[in-house]
Amino acid sequence: MNSGLISIELGVGLLGLLVLMADLWIAPANRRYLGWGAAAALTCLLVFGLGTLAPQSGTGFSGLYVVDPLARFFKAFFLLSGVVVLLMTVEYADRLAVGLSEFFALTLFAVTGMLFAASANDLTMMFVSLELITVTFYVLNSFQRGKLASIEAGVKYLILGALASAFMVFGIALIFGSANTTQFPELALRQRELSGSRIFLTGLALVLAGLGFKIAAFPFHGWAPDVYQGSPAPATALLAVGSKAAGFVLLLRLLLGAVPQIAAEWRGCLGGLAVLSLLYGSLCAIPQRSVKRLMGYSSIANAGFLLLGVATVSPAGSLAVLYYMGAYCFTVLAVFTVLCVVMNCSDTDDMADLAGLGIRSPVLAAVMTLALASLAGVPPLAGFIGKFLILRAVVAAGATHPGYYGLAAVAVLGAVISLYYYFGIVRMMYWGGEPRERSGIALTPGAGIALLVCVVGILYLGIAPHGLLQLSADAIAPLQPSGAAVVLSEHLGVVTSSGASR
Amino acid sequence: MLTFLILLPVITALVILAIPGHYRFIIRCVALLGTLETAIWAAVLFFRSVPGTPDYQFEQLVPWISAGGLHVNYHVGIDGISVGLVLAAAWVGFAATAVSWDVERESKMFYILLMLMISGSIGAFASLDLFFFYFFNEMALVPTFIMIGVWGWGTDRQAAAFRITLYLTLGALVALVGLVALYAATGTLDVTELQRQLAGHPLPRKTQMLVFPCLLFGFGTLVGLWPFHSWAPQGYASAPAATAMMHAGILKKAGLLALLRVAWPFLPDAVEYWMPVLAWLCLGNLLFCGFVALRQRDLNLLVGNSSLAHMGFAFLGLASMNVIGLTGTVLVMVGHAFLAGLSFALTGWVRHQTGTVEMLRLGGLLRTMPFVGSMMILCFLAGCGVPGFVNFAGELGVLFGAWKGTVYSLHGWVLAAAWGGLVIGGVYMMRAIRLVLHGEPKREWADVSDATSGWRRLPFVALLAALVLFGVAPGILTRRIEPAVVAIIKMAGQRAQPAAPLGATAAMQR
Repeated sequence: MNSGLISIELGVGLLGLLVLMADLWIAPANRRYLGWGAAAALTCLLVFGLGTLAPQSGTGFSGLYVVDPLARFFKAFFLLSGVVVLLMTVEYADRLAVGLSEFFALTLFAVTGMLFAASANDLTMMFVSLELITVTFYVLNSFQRGKLASIEAGVKYLILGALASAFMVFGIALIFGSANTTQFPELALRQRELSGSRIFLTGLALVLAGLGFKIAAFPFHGWAPDVYQGSPAPATALLAVGSKAAGFVLLLRLLLGAVPQIAAEWRGCLGGLAVLSLLYGSLCAIPQRSVKRLMGYSSIANAGFLLLGVATVSPAGSLAVLYYMGAYCFTVLAVFTVLCVVMNCSDTDDMADLAGLGIRSPVLAAVMTLALASLAGVPPLAGFIGKFLILRAVVAAGATHPGYYGLAAVAVLGAVISLYYYFGIVRMMYWGGEPRERSGIALTPGAGIALLVCVVGILYLGIAPHGLLQLSADAIAPLQPSGAAVVLSEHLGVVTSSGASR
Repeated sequence: MLTFLILLPVITALVILAIPGHYRFIIRCVALLGTLETAIWAAVLFFRSVPGTPDYQFEQLVPWISAGGLHVNYHVGIDGISVGLVLAAAWVGFAATAVSWDVERESKMFYILLMLMISGSIGAFASLDLFFFYFFNEMALVPTFIMIGVWGWGTDRQAAAFRITLYLTLGALVALVGLVALYAATGTLDVTELQRQLAGHPLPRKTQMLVFPCLLFGFGTLVGLWPFHSWAPQGYASAPAATAMMHAGILKKAGLLALLRVAWPFLPDAVEYWMPVLAWLCLGNLLFCGFVALRQRDLNLLVGNSSLAHMGFAFLGLASMNVIGLTGTVLVMVGHAFLAGLSFALTGWVRHQTGTVEMLRLGGLLRTMPFVGSMMILCFLAGCGVPGFVNFAGELGVLFGAWKGTVYSLHGWVLAAAWGGLVIGGVYMMRAIRLVLHGEPKREWADVSDATSGWRRLPFVALLAALVLFGVAPGILTRRIEPAVVAIIKMAGQRAQPAAPLGATAAMQR
């Protein structure tokens, strides 16, 4: 038992409790400062906790929990998005009628769940951490009780989330029944024999369906548009970034870490899901008028892009997934922060409310343009490098199966369609007809800091990708158990040969 | 020095950013100074570059990424092919800034975007790493979209902006897939590194056949290869003059340069396979776009279509695959850069003065604006390929090259049709001159003004001077171009062994 391993998670969880307690003594008018405090504490955890205090690697709790570069990568990711979302919530505070401190606390609990998910090394651990995330989101999504759309979002997420959990539990039961273990390393050792067991494969498919819900991939995407549209903007942002990333880290650990051989056999299926998500999300985003709803569909499309990376079943693909996720984090958080600020002035998130933003607040419009351009994959922004890495992984995998060239073609198509709908928003901001209001929009310090973090991230990852690439390359190392996967080493050859040629 | 040239417009943009938006005159002065300096330095660079060598000059290499299996360096340098293009980019960039005096709304933003476009174009021509080539190309493309949308002309400019955005992005992404496939096969996107790796060990035929169509159709779309050209005329007609000058004149050449520099030397088998197809497609440019230009009533659409027809010559030269043909192509590229810049500058002047470019509404403009009118006649004559302008030299080279090419695979009557394209070009240019400049002056246009002051005339004169200078003495260019082209042909002479064993090709890739 090594409880030092989970010091970060404990810290964030305790912080949540502390916020709840502090609520008792702080006057309602001052509660928004709790958000500042929580954000500062999370920043400290991110800078000092992750860097020095917590152990750098190790396994604990009889193998349920692991700290490795992959976990640390995602822990940093979740802490950072937690900080930005908390700052965003401070900005959004006026629109949450009651329970601001609870909103902060729930955000912290969700982040705790994500931190645990990053380290899950066992199916039960995976399930428990995912439930912690999902249950907090049931509350967060329906937080604006006065708004019908918010209640609808909560109920939809509740019902579909419960369904997904049921799938996952059933799948875990089947896996445990056939493999007699729930730990990833043991599954990895026995995957050759297990790949013949139909019960095991059914169980795995059910677990993947549950994860598909978390990442909003087709055909488990049904909840995304409504929930994105109805939830309070900070909750949507955390859902879009944190929840999706938690789904992907588990997907990587389970599919590529534990059962890479089966993943390689299922790559056609994974590629198919990626294509469907990509096309469905992109095509449905075109006619949307609500920006948050559009982001919901764009999130499905981005899940498709990320799945393309997973479907290559190669280190290059996993690397691309991590980098893409990092870039996606900053861009999506920037979009939602801008939306938060704009929605403070006008109650809706209709696209028409963005008209004239270029005149009302040039800074917000510029940040939004930058973020959308990055999402669309315009160089030299973060999103471009992410898309480039995904394309590289897919095209390189084409050497093993020509079907990957088809995936690359779909990726190009998806990128072009996405440019269309993202630039629709940009057009609205700069030359989209008469604005409904003409008053300027003031930028509060909280939103300012959040936007600054995002913009620096977008530009830094686009112009100097070296750092994050190196981190991602280190992070995917635990996904390649030595000698466990023949297929993997084949793919590795592509990367190392290109490395060796220099 | 090249990096300095690329950064100069960016620095200018930063300076402009710091000036408050209502000091329009100062902003304009800064922009003019910055681009003039760029143009002067580009000219210095051009005349300091050593002719007669295929090597890259003024090279600079800075490591950029080297992690996670990705190796990209910032690597710039010029050879005989790109040196003329860099000069043209800087020169047309200056002219584009100079003719933008009529931009009044949000002029600060306009000049910043224009500076980014100039910097991106120069960067794209100078990049020896294809990753940075793509980067600079996009850096110049994005302002194009915004400029058409915000400062464009006509009611359907938003549709035009969207169309050009989607079309060009699709082209760029398809090309990117080709580049990524090349990267996956070789592990580098550095042109010099590729040359070293592939010298004597050409890529396997299968890889070549995979990469080449992506590059041809991707970059082809960017250049306006028929039938992927339909974004161009409407886009140029809606664009502000400076944007049309920079895009039609300069940026389009980046696609051709990439084809010439990557596809031709490194994918020779695929080129040989696709050459007949390319020859037929370029007939589409020459004849189809020529005939379309013949029927236009809008002067800008006519110039846009004629610019596509000129691209047909460039592609024909590429398809001919010999020294004189490729040299001709490069001459056409450089010549057309100045020519398109001049044409769109002149039509922009006419549009600003009269508010229309409907040819049937115009007429007799030569009397009211003698200077601009005579410039336009000279420009259109250059467009027909009259001797004395660099376009003549280029088209002649292309046709000679294609003639030699007929011996191998080009059909004789592809060549005949190309001659026909020249005739069509003459007809529609003459028609435009007759409708717009000659005839009775219309009362409507009695009070339009000519370019009278030296400042107003300078951009037109500068561009025409370049056309004439290189037309009278094309040797200045060809002495630089030819060695580089010879190196490409030599590289292309190496064919993949059809029966190489699998292990051997894999070893070659390493």
